[in-house]
Amino acid sequence: MVNIPSSINDPIPAAEVEDVELYHPHSWWTTYVFSQDAKVIAIQYSLTAISIGLVALVLSWLMRLQLAFPGVFTFIDADRYYQFITMHGMIMVIYLLTALFLGGFGNYLIPLMLGARDMVFPYANMLSYWIYLLAVLVLVAGFFVPGGPTGAGWTLYPPQAVLSGTPGGQDWGIILMLSSLILFIIGFTMGGLNYVVTVLQGRARGMTLMRMPLTIWGIFTATVMALLAFPALFVASVMMLFDRVLGTSFFMPAIVEMGTQLQHGGGSPILFQHLFWFFGHPEVYIVALPAFGIVSDLISVHARKNIFGYRMMVWAIVIIGALSFVVWAHHMYVSGMNPNFGFFFATTTLIIAVPTAIKVYNWVLTLWRGDIHLTIPMLFALGFIVTFVNGGLTGLFLGNVVVDVPLSDTMFVVAHFHMVMGVAPIMVIFGAIYHWYPKITGRMLDETMGRIHFWVTFLGAYLIFFPMHYLGLLGAPRRYYELGESVVNPPSAHDLNIFITLMALTVGAAQVLFLFNAAWSLRRGKDAGGNPWRATTLEWQTPTTPPPHGNFGKELPVVYRWAYDYSVPGAPEDFIPQNEPDPENRSREHAS
Amino acid sequence: MTDVVETETRISQPRPDGLRGFASDWASDQRTFKNVSWGKAMMWIFLLSDTFVFGCFLLAYMSARMSTTVPWPNPSEVFALNIGGTEVPLILIAIMTFVLISSSGTMAMAVNFGYRRDRRKTALLMLLTAFFGATFVGMQAFEWTKLISEGVRPWGNPWGAPQFGSTFFMITGFHGTHVTIGVIFLLIIARKVWRGDFDTEKRGFFTSRKGHYEIVEITGLYWHFVDLVWVFIFAFFYLW
Repeated sequence: MVNIPSSINDPIPAAEVEDVELYHPHSWWTTYVFSQDAKVIAIQYSLTAISIGLVALVLSWLMRLQLAFPGVFTFIDADRYYQFITMHGMIMVIYLLTALFLGGFGNYLIPLMLGARDMVFPYANMLSYWIYLLAVLVLVAGFFVPGGPTGAGWTLYPPQAVLSGTPGGQDWGIILMLSSLILFIIGFTMGGLNYVVTVLQGRARGMTLMRMPLTIWGIFTATVMALLAFPALFVASVMMLFDRVLGTSFFMPAIVEMGTQLQHGGGSPILFQHLFWFFGHPEVYIVALPAFGIVSDLISVHARKNIFGYRMMVWAIVIIGALSFVVWAHHMYVSGMNPNFGFFFATTTLIIAVPTAIKVYNWVLTLWRGDIHLTIPMLFALGFIVTFVNGGLTGLFLGNVVVDVPLSDTMFVVAHFHMVMGVAPIMVIFGAIYHWYPKITGRMLDETMGRIHFWVTFLGAYLIFFPMHYLGLLGAPRRYYELGESVVNPPSAHDLNIFITLMALTVGAAQVLFLFNAAWSLRRGKDAGGNPWRATTLEWQTPTTPPPHGNFGKELPVVYRWAYDYSVPGAPEDFIPQNEPDPENRSREHAS
Repeated sequence: MTDVVETETRISQPRPDGLRGFASDWASDQRTFKNVSWGKAMMWIFLLSDTFVFGCFLLAYMSARMSTTVPWPNPSEVFALNIGGTEVPLILIAIMTFVLISSSGTMAMAVNFGYRRDRRKTALLMLLTAFFGATFVGMQAFEWTKLISEGVRPWGNPWGAPQFGSTFFMITGFHGTHVTIGVIFLLIIARKVWRGDFDTEKRGFFTSRKGHYEIVEITGLYWHFVDLVWVFIFAFFYLW
């Protein structure tokens, strides 16, 4: 019988694998640039993702300026507007959120929180980053080629994506976009395999799956989903690239364009939509699940209470991950697919509300009678819960076929998905940066600047997106370059558009303050020490801060308890690190 | 705290059978799949992901074939070879399939001899596998040439639905690329086996990790997967 600790006093099993030998860098280049250390790779991923995210932020400003003041900014013509929309969406969803959560936080936190030296294959991990960087550069190249980037919308629906009427359709734009996506997926697969194998096979002694912090559960499940969902996008990208470059007709029906019959015929645009959304819907949860995990840990640490219903939280993550593979066609209610599918997909979609609601209840119950410290990570975590509930409720509207049909392609949809997968995960990203910055740099971020940043971002986001719901209910369509004076855009609604734009500029400007804070605190910030939040998880127990290459010095940690021993009755302090033995069997692990 | 006695690493502890063993593995620390190395786990998970790639390709092809309004070319006629005056349907594909399946056999033997540390036989069998693989790709190149000379193009063909040519070139091309990558890997690993890198645990040029004979098995996993994918392509594209 293998020796599994059935009670906390049982001995921890012996090491099954000998300690790994890491590649130790010999030069500046291999230490900071071509580094195989997951922590350096994480920072490279994060900085690249945030840089390209700033480009997307500026693009959103330009779109808002056009909507609020049509005709004033003459360099924004209709083509440019569509290019901005497309690049904004694609960058935010894939190159910022996916890369930052999995490549950034995944790389930094998985080995540290699991008590591992590094990812299992540091070399492949390094390649993953460099291919990601290449993908970003190919994407950015779109801005500098004749015809500019593609303007097909982030969903790249054919046939318009490869026709001459769409910006970049018959130029370089769409080719670069599809190539960049293919590169991203190849690069991500290298990293993703690393994350999954590290979680499954590279944990410390005593670290069972059911003792992993929820952050790791979220990132792990999201990575598994990404490895199964990205293939659909990969295939769709390859096929559309062939349609565009080789003249195949995978997605192209017979089309007359400007009076000329095109060479295409017999292809199915709906097929692309199915492939795209088989990727696209899990993608929502690829972004959301790491956010769920991280926010659970932030709430637990900053409310000094164990997470309520840990096991339920784990299973909810896994069930949401599985269900998200059978709901994709709720993005296609108006596509012309068989209406009977709508019934099936509406049902599966609404079932997801159950595990999601369990998570929200558990977060709230964790807060209940907790010792809540309104630190900046906690503020962002609370902001996430409220925003996520808001976005989830409008999701109920859009998940039902009959309600979705009139709301489809209106600003209501824009408001919904920005709340649920734009603002909410970004709240968590900020919370996580404020939380782990002390571990990464050894210094605290400035508190005052952080509070201003939070309140402007949080309130501003609501002032941007709440009015947008109203515009959508009025019937204002999305992706329209200019509405003019129309029944869906009366003068009052237009004033609202100006208001939204002003708020968008303000919230964007607040991010500059955040960047300044991050740069300023790097040298001037308060010294953080090893464990400023008095947290239990292993990354806070490293011998030095920031952690050295190999993370844990000579001896790897041994795990004796779960990640949530906060405010344990009778314990000398209000937290007990995971690597502290538990001779008196005080851990609350089995009480939950 | 109880002092922990270090056991020898890398050696399996006895485990309960059946469902109980499954549960205890997943509930245990350190490793979920006991006695599965990192490299092997990584290859299995990669293959799972790659399955989805080929699955999407094949589903896209099937949906195109089922929804086409013009006739689909008859594979038995298109893929026939004229041998001695008679049209033999699918003969080349049959030979290709035979060669590729045979290569799986030689690969399995190579894995066996690898674990016996029989350097010579392992390397020779891997070279033979690579040879079969290269033969397969060569025959595929012949098939492509024949079809192209008959007027099949990604955007059309003389016999019917244009999606015939596009899916054919895309799916066999993607599979052929996989085989080619496999051949390259086989040659690299065979060279390492031949030189005795795995007896001396010589470190990899890029990864600086110690080499083990297990890499032969991991290469084999990939190779068998590529074979298995071919069986599905054969069934769905040529036999349908």
